[in-house]
Amino acid sequence: MTALDTDIREGVDRETVETVQAMGGKYKYGWETEIEMDYAPKGVNEDIVRLISAKNNEPEWMTDWRLQAFRRWQQMEEPSWAMVDYPAIDYQEQYYYAKPKSMLEKPKSLDEVDPKLLATYEKLGIPLKEQMILAGVEGAEDAPAEGRKVAVDAVFDSVSVGTTFQKELEKAGVIFCSISEAIQKHPELVKKYLGSVVPQSDNYFATLNSAVFSDGSFVYVPPGVRCPMELSTYFRINAENTGQFERTLIIADKGAYVSYLEGCTAPKRDTAQLHAAVVELVLLDDAEIKYSTVQNWYPGDEEGRGGIYNFVTKRADCRGDRSKVMWTQVETGSAITWKYPSCILRGDESQGEFYSIAIANNMQQADTGTKMIHLGKNTRSRIVSKGISAGKAQNTYRGLVSMHPKATNSRNYTQCDSLLIGDKCGAHTVPYIEVKNNSSRVEHEATTSKVDEDQLFYCRSRGMNEEAAVALVVNGFCKDVLQALPMEFAMEAQQLVAISLEGSVG
Amino acid sequence: MALPAAKQGALEGRLATLSLPEAGAWGTEARRDALGRLEAMGLPGRRDEYWRFTDPGLLNAAEPAAAAAFENDEAPLFSAVDRLKLVFVDGVFAPEKSDDIALEGLEIERLSESMSRDIHWVREVYGVLEAGAHSPVPRPHAALNTAFASDGICIRATGRVSKPVSLVYLHEDAGSDAILHHVIRVEPGAEMTLLENGPAAARFNKCLEVDVADTGRFNHVRAQGRDHERVAVTHVFAQLGAESTFKSFTMTVNGVMTRNEAVIDLTGPDATAHIAGACLGDGAKAAFHHDDTVFVRHRAENCESRQVFKKVLRNGATGVFQGKILVDQGAQKTDGYQISQSLLLDGDSQFLAKPELEIYADDVKCSHGSTSGAIDETGLFYLRSRGIPEGEATDLMVIAFLAEAIDEIEDRVLAEDVIERLKGWLARRRRS
Repeated sequence: MTALDTDIREGVDRETVETVQAMGGKYKYGWETEIEMDYAPKGVNEDIVRLISAKNNEPEWMTDWRLQAFRRWQQMEEPSWAMVDYPAIDYQEQYYYAKPKSMLEKPKSLDEVDPKLLATYEKLGIPLKEQMILAGVEGAEDAPAEGRKVAVDAVFDSVSVGTTFQKELEKAGVIFCSISEAIQKHPELVKKYLGSVVPQSDNYFATLNSAVFSDGSFVYVPPGVRCPMELSTYFRINAENTGQFERTLIIADKGAYVSYLEGCTAPKRDTAQLHAAVVELVLLDDAEIKYSTVQNWYPGDEEGRGGIYNFVTKRADCRGDRSKVMWTQVETGSAITWKYPSCILRGDESQGEFYSIAIANNMQQADTGTKMIHLGKNTRSRIVSKGISAGKAQNTYRGLVSMHPKATNSRNYTQCDSLLIGDKCGAHTVPYIEVKNNSSRVEHEATTSKVDEDQLFYCRSRGMNEEAAVALVVNGFCKDVLQALPMEFAMEAQQLVAISLEGSVG
Repeated sequence: MALPAAKQGALEGRLATLSLPEAGAWGTEARRDALGRLEAMGLPGRRDEYWRFTDPGLLNAAEPAAAAAFENDEAPLFSAVDRLKLVFVDGVFAPEKSDDIALEGLEIERLSESMSRDIHWVREVYGVLEAGAHSPVPRPHAALNTAFASDGICIRATGRVSKPVSLVYLHEDAGSDAILHHVIRVEPGAEMTLLENGPAAARFNKCLEVDVADTGRFNHVRAQGRDHERVAVTHVFAQLGAESTFKSFTMTVNGVMTRNEAVIDLTGPDATAHIAGACLGDGAKAAFHHDDTVFVRHRAENCESRQVFKKVLRNGATGVFQGKILVDQGAQKTDGYQISQSLLLDGDSQFLAKPELEIYADDVKCSHGSTSGAIDETGLFYLRSRGIPEGEATDLMVIAFLAEAIDEIEDRVLAEDVIERLKGWLARRRRS
């Protein structure tokens, strides 16, 4: 972070100033790690696909799978229906594979990992140590032994750096590793489930991901197991002109439960960078997955230079009866967000929930929402979306609720609220509602408003400055979603809400 | 840009049976321009996002499918209303069946007359509102209408008009394919009510362009005919000046395919636009597909818009609602409201909705809601416990459900007429 350049008034202690700076500091994670990288040649073609596959030491079936996807991708067209506007992406001007040189020989344990990499994650507040941590909570390192544990898989550009608590998880029967490792060690599981939720050629970006994904996380929770700790993946883009294509696959077998957290950041750069991920969740009977994301990719500067183009396909398949999935997302970063975490409610009595906060400031554009596809009987879904636009940003909720004829006695409730801060931004709502049976009930509500003057006035009258007052009101507006987040994330998200709106008032 | 081959083919097929009608100087030009727009857009296809829920096939076809006229002994809607009646038979104005077209505060002409004179107010409206309404989505059937409209009425209201103008569309020929285009201007301070009813034709393409000047008031109540096999695509284009009011209500029963589009442009401050629809759909005798597609654009400050659409569907009927409120950057203090609801009386019917908000101003109050569900069992049980048979109780609940939309009709006499009509329809269904 930059040194303090403002005069410090007398009587204000240094700690307060630093805290304020940390809260208000523009983009906290914009620094970059200087580290030697091993790149694949620029651009994408069949050779690059083969190369990525070879680098990951993949079996032939996997290479073929990728090539199939690549061939389909070449015939596809980039979608243009979203309310986002960005210059054409030159897919040949990107690196599709970047790996720290020190990772050429895969470290056997965390102790062997390049200290520079470990320091990077330390600095991000994600220490790769097997200790009790409450990420985002200061002093948590000293937490008592019975504190909560979070296992972390750290992905740096194209590769997974390391995964903590693997041994302890193994004891419970939980597999938590990078997807490249899973392809080696658990090919039967990967073969069975990869692409079964998001097919190879699902959409343009997912197809590209299927061809060139380099790493990501893999989780398998066996029947009846409640995962003993929260799992988390931290994605860091570091290399320049490099796209990150991660693939996450989580399988919750019958009666299993897992809570999974995802965080992402990237350095400040003037050129935009591509990120196209695919996340697949499989839920069998009575399984439950909680998937929480705090997306804080670099959003670009005030003029819209740089930032991450985030094109993500996330989908949960509630195959089993009574299974339950909960997506919670806090989208504050990225220049472009194109993301629709979806639930296929196939099993009878399965449930899908989607809680989202999307904040777009300056020149950011977010087009995000969810799909709830009700196929099974007595299925239920709930959507709570809070969109906040400031500066010159455009924020769109786009969603689908579909009740198939056989999904009798199903319920959906959708609430989309938009908040506008400033008169140059936009907030849009594009829901699709398809009801094909009459025993199901669908309710959709959406509102758009500005920050309430009375509330602001009240806060100001209590001595808060305008920015803090707006942050407080906005946090109140987001409360329903913040409450759905695991505690660690909720703290971080609350701060992020304030930081993301920095400079939006006045 | 050249059209894709499929669209080009569809367009050529449709145009093969049409020829540009003879018109006067500006009329010919306006029609040619519209044809140019149509040729650039092509006809809609199933893959077009704007036609996601409705198959435009029946509208695109070169010839209409035959539709029998609906016979019953009931007096047509608005019969008891004191009105100026103008009758069209299969899309052709029938002066002998119509009232004398003189009424204080009104100038009424046939479209062909208006087109034949070079200096005419109609020139500023005909095809002009339509041409401005193709963004963000094209509306090719409206352009087709402007180009090929075979008849229409032009009305200019200059004062408070004492009674409503009632357009009655009779349908006699089972294979008729009517294209009508009406143009209305409500001058400052003037007020008029337009009534429309009747099936019109086997296939009916109708455009209504309404220019409401500052402080003008326009009321519109229409009922779409009860022929089962009829097909209709209608467009209402309205442009509202400062402090003007526009209120439109549509009742629809029967019809294999109805697409009602409304494009309302609030261009002056403090204008009000209410648009509502009540629809009773039954797919038992013939398919029923009803689509309300509404686009309300707030361009000026302090305007109010309200959309209320209710659909009751049974026996495999399909109801579609696509509604959008667009608030421009300068349109502060906008109050936009939209509700779309469906009552599904059985498991075969479906409701497809896309209620949209697109907002670029911050000091606004905009909301939309959409619901779909079955009849409230508790309410039904209550009525039955009071001795009301199930069929009647259901009908009562249906009327209650539609009431919010019918309430949008300002004139209580007209509203009661509509309610009686819906009750009659429900009673007939119950008997059969």
